[in-house]
Amino acid sequence: MAMEFLTIYWRDMLRFFRFRGLLFASLVQPALWMAFFGVAMSSNFDRFSMPAALPPGALFVPYLTFMAAGVIALTTLFTSLFGGISLLFDKNWGLMREILASPIPRSHLLLGISLSGMTKSYIQVVIIMIFGLLIGVRFFPGASPLHIVVAIAGILLFVGIFSLGFLFLSSTISMRMETPEGLQGVITLLSMPIFFVSNALYPVNTFPWAMQAASVANPLTHMVTGIRYFAIGPDFYALGGHYITTPLDLLLSLGALLAFAGVMFAIAWWTFKKAVVT
Amino acid sequence: MPDAIIDVQDLAHSFGDVKAVDGVSFQVRKGEIFSFLGPNGAGKSTTINILTTLLPIQRGTVRVAGYDVASEPEAVRQQIGIVFQEETLDRDLTVWEILEFHGRLYSMERAARHRRIDEMMGLVELTAKRDVQIKHLSGGMKRRLEIARGLMTRPQVLYLDEPTLGLDPQTRMRTWEYIRKVNDEGTTIFLTTHYMDEADRLSDRISIIDHGRIIVTGTAEELKNALGEDMIYLETDDNRTAEEVLAGIDSVKDAKPALRGLSVAITGEGARSLPVILERLKARGIGIRSASLKKPTLDDVFVHFTGREIRG
Repeated sequence: MAMEFLTIYWRDMLRFFRFRGLLFASLVQPALWMAFFGVAMSSNFDRFSMPAALPPGALFVPYLTFMAAGVIALTTLFTSLFGGISLLFDKNWGLMREILASPIPRSHLLLGISLSGMTKSYIQVVIIMIFGLLIGVRFFPGASPLHIVVAIAGILLFVGIFSLGFLFLSSTISMRMETPEGLQGVITLLSMPIFFVSNALYPVNTFPWAMQAASVANPLTHMVTGIRYFAIGPDFYALGGHYITTPLDLLLSLGALLAFAGVMFAIAWWTFKKAVVT
Repeated sequence: MPDAIIDVQDLAHSFGDVKAVDGVSFQVRKGEIFSFLGPNGAGKSTTINILTTLLPIQRGTVRVAGYDVASEPEAVRQQIGIVFQEETLDRDLTVWEILEFHGRLYSMERAARHRRIDEMMGLVELTAKRDVQIKHLSGGMKRRLEIARGLMTRPQVLYLDEPTLGLDPQTRMRTWEYIRKVNDEGTTIFLTTHYMDEADRLSDRISIIDHGRIIVTGTAEELKNALGEDMIYLETDDNRTAEEVLAGIDSVKDAKPALRGLSVAITGEGARSLPVILERLKARGIGIRSASLKKPTLDDVFVHFTGREIRG
């Protein structure tokens, strides 16, 4: 069986765990986001976003819980956008030549790097969720253990597809760029609009129409929709709004993420096939 | 050549307007050490990059170990090992991890791979450094590790691109020993270098390459004999006139400016020609500052065929 991508995966994970400081920072940063930004914002928002009268049986979600999904999304976005950078370093240090001159197919190089990037996102997401629960995020309200397992699997599905999409993008950029500075510039340019023109921190239905349209085209919005569906539920009140996610909405979001990842994969695959590294 | 393991026909490669390789043909026999000798920028690395499938073929055909490089690059990659000119080691991995990664890249089966790693670490005397990260190794150790890595998969052909570039003399000697040892075990070696002594000591056959073309190919002996049996190095008061005088002497095959004097190739025995030469120069009133007799070296060969000294 063609499992060569596991070699690339193995090395990238080896490096991930070797640099304890970096590993630690990558886990602490999202936790700090939630602890400071989340707690500070929710202590303000919750004062005026509590609806005067909730229908009986309705679920009100405090801001900290609402934005926790956004922090998961943000972390996944950053980790995935940076995930391809190891290719760039390998290229600059000449290590890429060893790989490209070996019998391993180039598609496996792409796959190995992407899967290790996805694994890193998974590790972070799980840690953020545990930390969030500790500081008062109310995920999985009233759910049975079995339900929680399904919900976590659902979250990881959405996170996984989203992160693969951005890892393919990041790998493409890395293969085409000459310097890490260039990649950093592109990432900074991309991440800001992707993060803010989305439903990660606030509802999008009050946006001006152009921004609303952009948010619908934004993969991050679809991932956050999926996370909230599984972590909070299909029907809840937050930030003065009523959130309803039907199974069809969920499938559409999943479809949008799959389409995004598919297109990114096609571009990356083509780039990898054409790339000449000497 | 029936036993050719590398067969290159009319290979050319340009980067924009620059012709890096300009119509090169050669064969490498199975089991020999074959060297490309030439200055930096002569086209050595470009050739290696094409032969190892890293650069696409623009013109010409290349067959390695029976496979066509253009149409069967994967099969070619299975047959070859490479030691690149620049260091290509992940500084953060350990010696063992470097070899493990490499073995896995070539889909070596686990037990065989681990046995081979131990064997290779023994060969290049790095067993004691098994769990040391690359960043803590010396330049010579890294080079040895790269050679071990190139050999790990038992390639039919091992490419060595400037294998001793930047190494101290002792480490160079050791590296040569390893290269010879590896060749004795049956691996064909294709080597590029701009060090004359390296090409001279290691190679069975040498191609001198300059400006993307092969100037001449042969054994070190053949190349040196092309210059004559002996060389005389002269420093005179008037090198230009001396050159003219020398051209009129029968036993002088060739005289060319070199360093601060003249490099003179002799057809017969140098010891017999030297007095004649000195007499003739004296007769023309040219003062002689120094004269020395030596066997031709590859340096002389290089100057002879390319008309200039090799650039460092």
